Amino acid sequence: MTALLLRDLRLAFRAGGGFGLALAFFLIVVTLVPFGVGADTAVLGRIAAGVLWVAALLACLLTLDRLFQTDYEDGSLDLLATAPMPLEGVVAIKALAHWLTTGLPLTLAAPMLGVLLNLPGPAYGWLALSLALGTPALSVIGAFGAALTVGVRRGGLLLSLLVLPLYVPVLIFGAEAVRRGAEALDPTTPILLLAGITLASAALLPFASAAAIRVNLR
Amino acid sequence: MQLHVDNLAVARGGVPVLQGVSFRVPAGAALILRGPNGVGKTTLLRTLAGLQPALAGRITPGPEAVAYAGHADGLKATLTVTETLTFWARVFGAAGNAPAAAIRAFDLGALTDRPTQNLSAGQKRRLGLARLLVTGRPIWVLDEPTVSLDAASTGLFTQALRGHCAGGGSAIIATHIDLGLAAEVLDLTQFRAVRSRTDDAFLAEAGL
Repeated sequence: MTALLLRDLRLAFRAGGGFGLALAFFLIVVTLVPFGVGADTAVLGRIAAGVLWVAALLACLLTLDRLFQTDYEDGSLDLLATAPMPLEGVVAIKALAHWLTTGLPLTLAAPMLGVLLNLPGPAYGWLALSLALGTPALSVIGAFGAALTVGVRRGGLLLSLLVLPLYVPVLIFGAEAVRRGAEALDPTTPILLLAGITLASAALLPFASAAAIRVNLR
Repeated sequence: MQLHVDNLAVARGGVPVLQGVSFRVPAGAALILRGPNGVGKTTLLRTLAGLQPALAGRITPGPEAVAYAGHADGLKATLTVTETLTFWARVFGAAGNAPAAAIRAFDLGALTDRPTQNLSAGQKRRLGLARLLVTGRPIWVLDEPTVSLDAASTGLFTQALRGHCAGGGSAIIATHIDLGLAAEVLDLTQFRAVRSRTDDAFLAEAGL
């Protein structure tokens, strides 16, 4: 298990591995928003929470189709499926590696970009917390979508269509927590719901993903 | 370890291709599968490896005793030869010196620090086959293992296979070349699943 995690991280950091793609996309989107919306700090401050969460979600989506596709194409997935390691564990580890290389850097970068969007002061802690709690769900749900479409060439479009509806609750509660933080309201409820979504998807979806991969390998 | 396949039926894409396949491969022996393209060699081997379910029949022992090597070698372009073998050795829980032994057996010593994207097709295949040695599994299920290997590398492979069998392992190999092994040969044509309609009927319907 550790061996697989280290391999995936090593692959992500080497040339062509795709580490930084999500982060760069996130930076670009958030930087472009003030140019598009205008320099009215009151407007920016009001939309900051939503923009940061939507950008993080799309950045996460951008890197999903590589999750199992490369392993499927070069035959590694066949070999991992025959290895003495449950396929559910393989899926969970690959989702964890995906989070470590996309969700975690996004969480760390988001507060700095909040400044750019004039995010109100009390919201920074809630932004970091909501992303830290919510992005693992994005990786796990995304892994499920990637597992469903692994046999489809250029399955990125299908993957996005399958995954986006499942991402909506995460987005709603994540952005809502930050908005409430910004307006000095109590964000406990959306934070708890966000944590609930992450825990439930991390507990259940690896099984569904492994089943989908088994069907696709036939 | 003896492999026993009893009355097995396998399907590709939902269409039955082979049925009534029965054979035994005793420990220390190898079985060569033959048959024309499309007869179902790969499908049978993937079923033995547990990658797809059988329609009917029994395979003992199960896929946990099988090391599978298919058409693709499962190599990552940016990992080196040593990293690749060390990874698979750790996944299969092999001893720490297993990668070194596999590198020696397939004469990869000069290439250990080379990323696999810089290997030739034959070298990649040698690395793919070296992976079998670090799995430590008793039954090798090999699909055209000698593709892109030259005569010398085929010799290395045959030697590794002999060593595996001498150690009580067994192997099932789909191949078209003569490996020079004293192995039994099984022609799969006899197990072809009977189609409900002949190929001629399909062609007639298509207007050909």
